[in-house]
Amino acid sequence: MENSRTSTAAPPEPPDDPGPAPVKGQAVHPGDKIFRGISRGSGITLLVIMAAIAAFLSYRASLAISKDSVNFLTAFEWNPQGDPPAFGIGILAFGTVVSSVIAMIIAVPVAVGIALFISHYAPRRLAAPLGYVIDLLAAVPSIIYGLWGALFLVPYLDGLTSWLDQFLGWTTVFEMSNPGSPARSIFTVGILLAVMILPIITNVTREVFLQSPKMYEEAALALGATRWEVIRTSVLPFGRSGIISASMLGLGRALGETMAVATVLSPGFLFTLHLLDPGSGTFAQNIAAKFNEADEFGRDALIASGLVLFVITLLVNGAARYIIGRRKEYSGANA
Amino acid sequence: MSDNALMDKPRITDPPPPTVSLARRRMPRWSPALIALVSAGLGIGVGNVAGWQSQTQWGLIAALLFVVITYAVTSLVEDTRQAKDRLATSVVWVCFAVAVVPLVSLAWTTVNRGAKLVDGYFLSHSMGGMTNLEEGGGVYHALLGTLEQVGLATVIAAPIGLLTAIYLVEYGRGRLAKAVTFFVDVMTGIPSIVAGLFVLAFWNLGLGFGPSGFAGSMALAILMMPVVVRSTEEMLKLVPNELREASLALGVPKWRTILKVVLPTSIGGITTGVMLAIARIAGETAPVMLLVFGNPLINPNPFSGAQESLPLYVWNQYKLGNAAAIDRAWAGALTLIAFVMILNLLARGIARWKAPKAAGR
Repeated sequence: MENSRTSTAAPPEPPDDPGPAPVKGQAVHPGDKIFRGISRGSGITLLVIMAAIAAFLSYRASLAISKDSVNFLTAFEWNPQGDPPAFGIGILAFGTVVSSVIAMIIAVPVAVGIALFISHYAPRRLAAPLGYVIDLLAAVPSIIYGLWGALFLVPYLDGLTSWLDQFLGWTTVFEMSNPGSPARSIFTVGILLAVMILPIITNVTREVFLQSPKMYEEAALALGATRWEVIRTSVLPFGRSGIISASMLGLGRALGETMAVATVLSPGFLFTLHLLDPGSGTFAQNIAAKFNEADEFGRDALIASGLVLFVITLLVNGAARYIIGRRKEYSGANA
Repeated sequence: MSDNALMDKPRITDPPPPTVSLARRRMPRWSPALIALVSAGLGIGVGNVAGWQSQTQWGLIAALLFVVITYAVTSLVEDTRQAKDRLATSVVWVCFAVAVVPLVSLAWTTVNRGAKLVDGYFLSHSMGGMTNLEEGGGVYHALLGTLEQVGLATVIAAPIGLLTAIYLVEYGRGRLAKAVTFFVDVMTGIPSIVAGLFVLAFWNLGLGFGPSGFAGSMALAILMMPVVVRSTEEMLKLVPNELREASLALGVPKWRTILKVVLPTSIGGITTGVMLAIARIAGETAPVMLLVFGNPLINPNPFSGAQESLPLYVWNQYKLGNAAAIDRAWAGALTLIAFVMILNLLARGIARWKAPKAAGR
């Protein structure tokens, strides 16, 4: 019937007339092209800046590394003025990694605790002001943390470090070579970094916990779960990737922290497994401490260590954003 | 049985069955307070007996005892599930207390030690004509330097950041937009000293200029750009699409739509984002140390010669180490923190005042 008729009918003829004439001025407005070009250009500028950072740092670093007489990545000394120059990032890598790991071990559980407190345990009227206060604390400049750390925390921790040496000195880690020396060690730096990265991790984790699906929580409550069981079964698994990426953001900040470490850490440059001994160094602190006395070659050597730091933080931040990117609902505006 | 069974009184024939209460045993409401008191007392007692002086150690012992006693008593009176719940509650409260203590200490120390020196003289004089051991002196040169460097950085970074955010929200579809988004995210994590090293390698060592406030501004602009892009992007996304579509339907070209419709709607949030970014870079020391060098005298020209900035002032005074310098360092720190906090509060106030009323928390 209908179908057989249309299937045997010929395909429609192409129209003979060319159709309505195209309206002039319907093409893209010139203002649009200019504006689009400008905004695209800004985006490209950012990419160019990133590329320039990599390029200039690599060039300067190569000038220094090419004349290095020892392996740059593993040597344990920093003597670019020597003849032949010998400098390596072994101590710096160790100090940076250890202080950041200590900071993470302390900060991540406490931050998750505070985020849970704000989102589930605190009285509702207290929760918003508390979140606000933590936001403000994330804005405190790092030099102020450094000042407080050097002039308040270090004398305060002298007691703790001698206690640790007394009772836990059998683990090499907590043994002090000279008991009674001031607490300007990687351990103190780790604690100070933990205080610094706490607000960042708390902020992102709190955003994550506030978005956990209420239906699951109410379902668990309806089944008779206690508050902790509700959190354990519905909030924490939902927020796991958020917690991981928040921690990595905090790690990225801890790795690159300069001034707080430079004020607290004593400038001796030696490698030791005794975490309570003063001395050692991190990438950023080394640059800050040695920059003023360095000649041109010394500066290039410091730039080389800065390049390594750049690559490390790039990897850590890229991984964090990748994990967060898989869950589109977390906004990164405040992180 | 009578005619109306409903009106009969029930006759008691058998003794009533024993009632089983459906409610489980619960700890009384005042039990956490009681356990806290007991553990505090035990903590003080143990501390005194062992001869430890530090009150923090007593506090730590008391906290530990609180947690242990709560768990033990609750699992005896109620059951293990409730005990674990109370344990979680006390751990979370303890976390909160642990975090609050250093942050309150930081704020208190800064205000306490810094308020000694901050007054009109301090804010309006520089360190010119003084040796470093003397008392007195001021922070004016540092304040001026910070304002100039931050101002220049904003002039560089805010337009680029704004335009990039417009590109990402309004125009970008495709690989360039994805690359820009990814790298903006990565740029938020660049350590400030790396940005300083880059400008050093490019401007000073590459092009041969000396230290200047402008070089510091460039590094600060690099740090500021990704923050501005991110927050502007969020604000632009909040503008409802109906506004854009209505404007386009009336024949307004896209660029005028953005400039005249979208931007004014989100201008409050954009201002907030820029102010928060300013507050963040005002406290950066490392790139300024490398590029601006520091200068005890007032240098009002950011394009030539070394300048000082507030965080650099704090660092330099700290490194001098004598009592007068440390006092000045604390006073400078108080000025810096006041500056940053005022900016932050202003920015958040503007955000709340001008927020498009979006649904949400």
